[in-house]
Amino acid sequence: MNKTIYEKESPKVYENAKSALRDIKSGMTLMSGGFGLCGIAENCIDALSEIDVKDLTVISNNIGNSGRGLVKILIQDKIKKAYCSYVGGNPDLETRMLDKRIQVELVPQGTFSERIRAAGLGIRAFYTPTGYGTLIAEGKEEKMFDRPCILETALHADFAIIKAQKGDTYGNLWFKETAQNFSPLMAMAAKITVVEVEELLPIGSLAPEEIHLPGIFVQRIFQGTNYKNDIEYLVIEKES
Amino acid sequence: MSWTNEQMADEVISFFTPHSSVNLGIGMPTIIAERIPKNLKIMIHSENGVLGVSGRPRANNVSPTLINAGKETIAIGPGASFFDSALSFGMIRGGHIDYCVLGGMEVDCERSLANWMVPGKKVTGMGGAMDLVNGSKQVIIMMNHFSKDGVAKLLKKCLLPLTGKNVVDYVVTEMGIFKPLGTSFQVIKLAPGIKAIDLKLDSQLLS
Repeated sequence: MNKTIYEKESPKVYENAKSALRDIKSGMTLMSGGFGLCGIAENCIDALSEIDVKDLTVISNNIGNSGRGLVKILIQDKIKKAYCSYVGGNPDLETRMLDKRIQVELVPQGTFSERIRAAGLGIRAFYTPTGYGTLIAEGKEEKMFDRPCILETALHADFAIIKAQKGDTYGNLWFKETAQNFSPLMAMAAKITVVEVEELLPIGSLAPEEIHLPGIFVQRIFQGTNYKNDIEYLVIEKES
Repeated sequence: MSWTNEQMADEVISFFTPHSSVNLGIGMPTIIAERIPKNLKIMIHSENGVLGVSGRPRANNVSPTLINAGKETIAIGPGASFFDSALSFGMIRGGHIDYCVLGGMEVDCERSLANWMVPGKKVTGMGGAMDLVNGSKQVIIMMNHFSKDGVAKLLKKCLLPLTGKNVVDYVVTEMGIFKPLGTSFQVIKLAPGIKAIDLKLDSQLLS
């Protein structure tokens, strides 16, 4: 593949993670796709660990896991506030949270994904039964429908960092297996969505019906390199 | 004799009707997946974005992008589908999942569940549990009957922060199956040889 040809073909194509993230600033809000380590934007996270930023608000389901992924920038204390649904399996985060070195807002996972989706699709807020009668409901408006619900608001971001298996130069994306998770939603919710792909393709290479996320939601895309694609828990079929 | 984890799993499976959809939580409920009889044709949902989970991959066929909500590698069966997290939780919140089975720290007779944090000590986060207990048609809690200190985890009122209020349908422990009714637990079934006194519950809490 020839990067220069692609860069001429589309203004969305960038050389690498550093160039695509060159204008990220301290204090910004960042969404990061992936479930645990599945489908995380490895190149972008590595770049963030080398870029001089701090006081980030990070919206990500796990904020890395098992010492990997976003944990790289977490332990550099670049994250001021985190929105996530699960910190089990991430001792670096749990410790910082209990020591109050980082502000964490735990959000039920379905509410988390819907708040992100809502931001991308112009919905300001929605009522959901999830979290009613729990700590999550504190300070939130309650309303009775067929059952009691609480009001949840949209979650926006300045940047989203997303990884897809395949993408074209317009930003149309195809995700592999369960690697979609939060990524297409975050791509819709951020002002600038940066996508790294294992295979960057010319526009027209993906069949319209196989596109999971239309490129209109993607501002920047680049060909990623050196993917580890770590498995957190390898469980295989028992020999019978 | 109290039930083994495998026997508890089989008791949970006896709730499932053929062709239903089931979501299995992290921890104890994960062993259910491999014990569901194939002829029940259950569609297993995992909230990270897959319907149709079917066992584990062979060693030569492992994919880092094919995992369940416990971040473990999985295999899929015929009719499986992948989707994003909003659609996945839409299935849950929208009432399309027939059964969810979750672990628990405490369940009370008012049908409330606590399983996501111990203030000041331990925080795992709720993950998808708050959505699952509010959206699934039936909520089954599979947990040890006693805490590490030997105290029954079936209570009059949960002491820990709740995961869901008035949401639990059944509790399966190694001692038996219980249905919270509002002011007491109905004993549906006891493990062989287990008597009411072994449950270490206030007699007023049983009906």
